Order: sequence, then C-alpha cells, then structure tokens
Amino acid sequence: MIAFLIKRTANAAFVMLAVALLAFVIFRFFGDPVEMMVNEQATQQDRIELRERLGLNDGFVTQYTRFVTNAVQGDFGISYRNQQDVMVLIKDRFPATFELVLVATVISLVVGIPLGVLTAVHRDSRLANILQLGSIIGVSLPSFVVGILLILAFSVSLGWLPAFGRGDTVDIGWWSTGLLTPSGRMALILPSLSLSTFQITLVMRLVRAEMLETLRADYIKFARARGVPIRRVQWRHALRNCLMPVITLTGMQIGNLIAFALVTETVFQWPGMGLLFIQAVTFVDIPVMAAYLMIVSFIFVALNTLVDITYAWVDPRLRDDAARAGGANG
Amino acid sequence: MKTRNLLLISAALAGLSGAAQAENVLTWGANRDIGSLDPYSYGDSFTINVLNHVYEGLVRYDKDLKIEPALAESWEILEDNITWRFHLREGVTFHNGNPFTAEDVVASLTRVSDETSPLKGNLPAYVSSEVVDDLTVDVTLNGTYPLLLNDLTNIHIFDNEWMTENNALKPTDIGAGTEGYATYNANGTGPFVVESRQPDAKTVFVVNPDWWDEPQHNLDRIELTPVTSAATRVAALLSGEINFTNDAPVQDLPRLAAAPNVKVLEGVDLRTVMIGFPFRETLTTGEANPFKDRNVREALYRAIDLDLIHQRVMRGKSRIAGATIAPEIPGYVEALDDLPGFDPDAARNLLAEAGVPEGLEFEFNCLSDGLVNEEQFCQAIASMWTRIGLSPKLDVAPRAVQSPKRTNGATDVYTLGWATLPLLDSYSPLLQIFHSKDGNAGVFNWGDWSYPEVDALIDAAGSELDLTARLNLQTQALQIVKDEMIMIPLHQQPMAWAVTENVADMPLFSDNKPRLWFAMVDSDS
Repeated sequence: MIAFLIKRTANAAFVMLAVALLAFVIFRFFGDPVEMMVNEQATQQDRIELRERLGLNDGFVTQYTRFVTNAVQGDFGISYRNQQDVMVLIKDRFPATFELVLVATVISLVVGIPLGVLTAVHRDSRLANILQLGSIIGVSLPSFVVGILLILAFSVSLGWLPAFGRGDTVDIGWWSTGLLTPSGRMALILPSLSLSTFQITLVMRLVRAEMLETLRADYIKFARARGVPIRRVQWRHALRNCLMPVITLTGMQIGNLIAFALVTETVFQWPGMGLLFIQAVTFVDIPVMAAYLMIVSFIFVALNTLVDITYAWVDPRLRDDAARAGGANG
Repeated sequence: MKTRNLLLISAALAGLSGAAQAENVLTWGANRDIGSLDPYSYGDSFTINVLNHVYEGLVRYDKDLKIEPALAESWEILEDNITWRFHLREGVTFHNGNPFTAEDVVASLTRVSDETSPLKGNLPAYVSSEVVDDLTVDVTLNGTYPLLLNDLTNIHIFDNEWMTENNALKPTDIGAGTEGYATYNANGTGPFVVESRQPDAKTVFVVNPDWWDEPQHNLDRIELTPVTSAATRVAALLSGEINFTNDAPVQDLPRLAAAPNVKVLEGVDLRTVMIGFPFRETLTTGEANPFKDRNVREALYRAIDLDLIHQRVMRGKSRIAGATIAPEIPGYVEALDDLPGFDPDAARNLLAEAGVPEGLEFEFNCLSDGLVNEEQFCQAIASMWTRIGLSPKLDVAPRAVQSPKRTNGATDVYTLGWATLPLLDSYSPLLQIFHSKDGNAGVFNWGDWSYPEVDALIDAAGSELDLTARLNLQTQALQIVKDEMIMIPLHQQPMAWAVTENVADMPLFSDNKPRLWFAMVDSDS
C-alpha cells in the first residue's frame, strides 16, 4: 500500500510538472506582456529594459526552472496588471468560484436525481419523453447561451434577479461568502443555474440508466412480492443502490465545474478565478495565467489521486493492477 | 484583512445612511475593471481616466477639452526658457486632511519619472523639479518644450507625507516582486474619494465635501462595476442595474435606442484610423518592397472605397478622414482633409507604371481586439486591394500577439488608430509616428521611414514656445505626411455611451473619457 501511495503521488507530481511545461510553451503564443504594460509614449529602450527586469529575455529552461522552484514554495510572483501577489488574488477569488460550483452541484443533484428516477419509472410516458428530449437540449446548449437566455428572462423581462455580480458578501476570516446576505443569495441563482444545466442532465441520465438496471434485479421483484409499496421500493431500495456512481461522478465533476465556471463567470461578471484568468489572458498577465492553470490542474490531479487511493483502499484487487499499470486514472 | 473588513462595514453603514437621504448614485458599468488604485502602475489610459476622479494634476481639461488651471493656479516660463515655475493653489487638502504643498508636486514628479515607472514616457522632457517655497515649484526640462502642460494633465499628484509613511515613494516594481501600498489605497485631492474596492466586482467613490472647486455635478456616490460581457452589459442597462456605460456595443445600439428607459449618446471619437506601410528594403516574403514608391502607396489609397466602408462597415457612424488627425486637434486645417478619390482604374495604372508584379503578396496585419469593427474593415480593404491585382494576406489576431510583430518589423502593411492622447495636439502623432526612429521619437514608426524635412519641422515645433508658430510648423509637417501618403487615413471611428433616463446630463467627450464631475442625475430616483 505504501509503495502504491508513493507511486501515485509521484505520478501526480509528474503530471503537475508536465502541466507547467505545457503552460510555458503555450505562453509563448500569447504575445508580449511588455507591449501591454507600457503606455504610448514609452521608448523602445524603456520596453527593452522592462523586458529585462521581468526576466523575459532569459532562456526557456531558466524561466521554467525559476517558475517551478518558486511555485513549489507557493510563490507565483506578482501580477503584471494588478500589481498584487498572485496567490492573494487567487485566494480572494476562490471562495466565489467555490460557492458557485457548490451550489451548482447541489442543484444538479436535487433536480437531476428525482428527474432520473421519474424518467426511469415512467419509462415510456409522455412526461419522460419530454424530459429526455429536454435533457438533450440541456447537454447541447452551450452554457453562455443558457446564461444569456436566463438574464434576458429573469433580469430584463421579469426584473426579478440581478444580471451580474455577486451581491453583498460577508467576510468570515479570509473566506468571503455571499450565502449570508439576501442580495448575495439572489445573485447566486442565475449563474449557478446556468452552470448546472449540463450537470443536471448528466446526473439525470446516469440515474435513469442505473435505475433501469436496478429495477430489473431480483431483490426488487422479491420486495414487490412481499408487498412493499411500489414507491418505497423505487425511491428507497432501488435509488439507494444507484447512488454510488452518482457520488463518484459528482466528485470527479467538481474539477470540471471549476474549470467550466470560467464561461459562466464571464457572462455574469462573477468575481471568481475564471474571470481573473480571462482577464489575465487579455493582458498577457503570465504570472496569473500560470498560477491559475497550476491550481486548477492541482485540483484535478488531487481529486483523481484521492479517488484512486480510496478505490484501492476499498478494493485491494485494484492495488496490484493499478501499481502495475502505473495508475488507472492518471 | 482587518482594513478590508472595516471598509466593508463602513460601506454598509454608508449604504444605510444613503437609503435615508436618497443619495444621487451613478452606477457605472464599464467594459473592464481598473487595474489598480495606483495610476502610475500600468500604462493604461482607462485606469488613469477613472483615477482622475480621485487624483488631480496641476492642470486639467475643461468641458471643451481646453487646458485650465487645477492644482496650479498659474505658471510662467523663466528666462532660461527651460524652467517652468508653477504657483500652486492655496488651501487644497488631500482626502486624508494633509495640506497640498510644493513638496507633494516634487515627490509625485519624481515618482512618475522613476526608472521603474511604466509611465515615465508621459513626461518626456522632464529633468528635475525643485521646491521654491511652500506653494511654488520649479520644473526643469531638457530643452525648450511647449507641451509640458498637456503632459501634466495626466500626471496625478500624490501626497508626499502619505507616500513616505507608507513606503510608496517609488512606483511598484513588478520585476522586484513586491506589492505597493498605493495599489490598494488612494489619497488624492480630487472631487471623489475611494470608499471601497473589490477588484472585478465594485469600486465605490463618494463625493469629496472638501473639494477645492465648485462642483458642477450632483453625484454623492459612484459605483464602478465592470461588466465584461457586452450582452450582459446591455441587459444590465435595460434592467436598470447600471445607469451608465462608456461602451455601448455597436450592434446593440438600435435596441438600446428603442428601449424607453435608455438614452444612447453617440459621437465621433478623436481616434483616427490609418493604414501604415513598410519602408524597408524587402517585404516579409523576401521580395523587393514596392511600398517605398509613393505612387504605389497612392494606388493602394485610391483602391479603397472610403464611402462604402463608411456606409456598410461603420454603419454610417464614422467620419471619413483625409487628415491624420481629427478636426478638433490643434494643427488641423481643412486642406488636410482633402481626399484623392476612389478610382480603381487609376490605381491599377499606377501599379503598372511602378512595375508592381501582378498578384504581389504582402501581409496585412490587423487586430481582433483593437479598433471599432477592425476585422470587418480590414477584410473589406483586403478585397478592394485584391481587385486591383494584389494579394494581401490578412493576418488578424489579438493585440498582444500582433504588437511584437509590428514593433519588430515582422509584418508589412498594418492598421493604427491614433487619438493624440494624452496631449490632444498634433505634435503627438508627428513625434511618435511620423518622426524617424530616434529615442523618444518615432516609437510607432513601425514602417521605418525617414523624412528629414518632416523631422526638421517636428524638431522645430518641439522647441517653439509660440503657439501660432508651432501649429504652423506642425501643419506643414502634416501636409508633407499627407502628400507623401506615409500613412493612409480612413476615418475617425464612432463611439457610443448609454445612460438610463434618470441621468439628466452626461457630457460626451470626444477623447472617449468619462468625466463624471460634470454628470447630473435626477434626485428623485
């Protein structure tokens, strides 16, 4: 088990290094930050000096090594554009993104699971067919379109909910939360709905498939034969047995949601990490872009590693297989 | 963290008291956030524009964009012609209560011209400054230079004592990797005080009751909330969540104009859109460069149907230009605006006479995030050039990608928009675009041309203290630029702001900078 742990951790570290390397290769195509930093009247000499001070003239390997050495110590430098410590910038934005993702996840479970059960139980009813069709639309509509439609309906036409922003927030230590103020909760509704549309349909389809499988199982028939009410069989016994994959999927999807929140955050001007990243791209703010990519990939890698380790712990058979194959979910 | 909590609490309290008194609030939905509270931190004119509500310069632009006294009441040039003496306004205080004195001016000029300051180019002629007495400052320049006042409109004055206390005498140096106090805090003399700031979410300014000037606005509070997505910005305006935006998207103007609660303010920007040519020996393809020939440049000029671009691409909202500066800019005369006329046949003849091979390939460099409808007018122009037998290769990408190619001469033909900011004088394009590359001069001379007679006129203007004589020299230089067709002017681009109906007065400035100290809102809202 210890050998497996070491192997998985080493694996994760290698993935992170590769991400950093890829990020650095990509940055070369983003353009020159110095051109964005100086004003119209700066001379060529000023530009050259600034580039030198930022270390942009150093070789690729030097820049990469310096970045990795500092990043390991949690130092991502300071933002070219905002002139603030990048870690502080990201730390300030993380609660906004995390709350959005959390609420979107809760919505996707609360809405997706009952819908999944309904479509499985009333398999060929009209309602189930409509829901199935709706779920296809939900999967295929890009989330910025959903966001803009929601804004048009609920902000412009009805005037019920704010079109952008996070409302008022309350600070609890370094964590800022919008959940404790009425305007903060109102502001959360549209962005989290738009972020969860895809997730809702995913959960619904998964639950439906699992339910169809489970409902055919023998113990369901026995329960019915024993005279247990049908609703109780469906919603308690059958559903419980379907939830394991749903929980796994939801856990794994959190990384995805954090990454995809970028689009939602741009549409709703949600002051989270994604918005920070988009702006960093526009201004070629390399320290912010690098830190964002590293942190998001760290979340992915950490979730995957945790899931692998949990599986291995639960199921000893996986330990050997995983160790031999060098990690199943790397 | 503690200070931030305090700020939030005070913001909440201010919000409560505001509800009781029916404050006049203007919610400004900009297309982006300011980078920092430090105007000297980043060469970004939007940040400087917004922070001008908090910080002021020695002089400022009035409602007609003419220079008027601000923190300096008067000034004179001493006998050596290179020292300017400024007499400062008495009784001005900073937001923290400190009095404004000559020390503050010297410290601020030192800070902005520090070698790590990205804005030192904004004071090109500055050498040193000296305190004469509490309310008098001498500024020494590197030669006779007529445009110091224009430069000073954008140099914000900080409080020396405040900067010393907070170790902010030098601008933030990103290379050193340390943060600066002025990034998070502001202390100016201006009409508004920064109350709180949450980056990317909201920056709140409240009126400064102790402002030295008679307010011409009736605002109590400005909330600057960036809304990056254009569709969301329009929605927020329609739903009344914001009541002013300085960037109303062109494609949504009809919809905004039709809405009962929104007013659209349209105008023509000072920014002149131009096309530049390479003057190097060869093109990027390695072929000989035909654009060094004036007649070839004329052929490309005459191949462009400016009316069609004005009607179709710019939807009739641009102003067709023959001059490289807008009519409002000093140095403009009407003769500069003459057009050669659209004539593709003549263009083809000119190309043939110059011996340009049929199907000549060259790169045409445009920005995807630059000027208004840039991608569309670039496509239109590329097809017009194709029609006279050339093969332009259109290269469209974001500014960050294109800028290095342009400055390194790694492209051929390119677009450039120039609004003469912050000088608002024709000296600005002459020095920075049309002068030969030489230190401060010709930084935007991307084509690498050199016209000694133009340089001589610009250099003479740069040390001519008499206004009429100087503008005369500049007009002459602009005429040569025009006759030689160094660059082709296309148009001044349109600009559009929008306000909700409760904004009673919002003067539109042709430099596209909101100045909310002239804004009025209806009190009953």
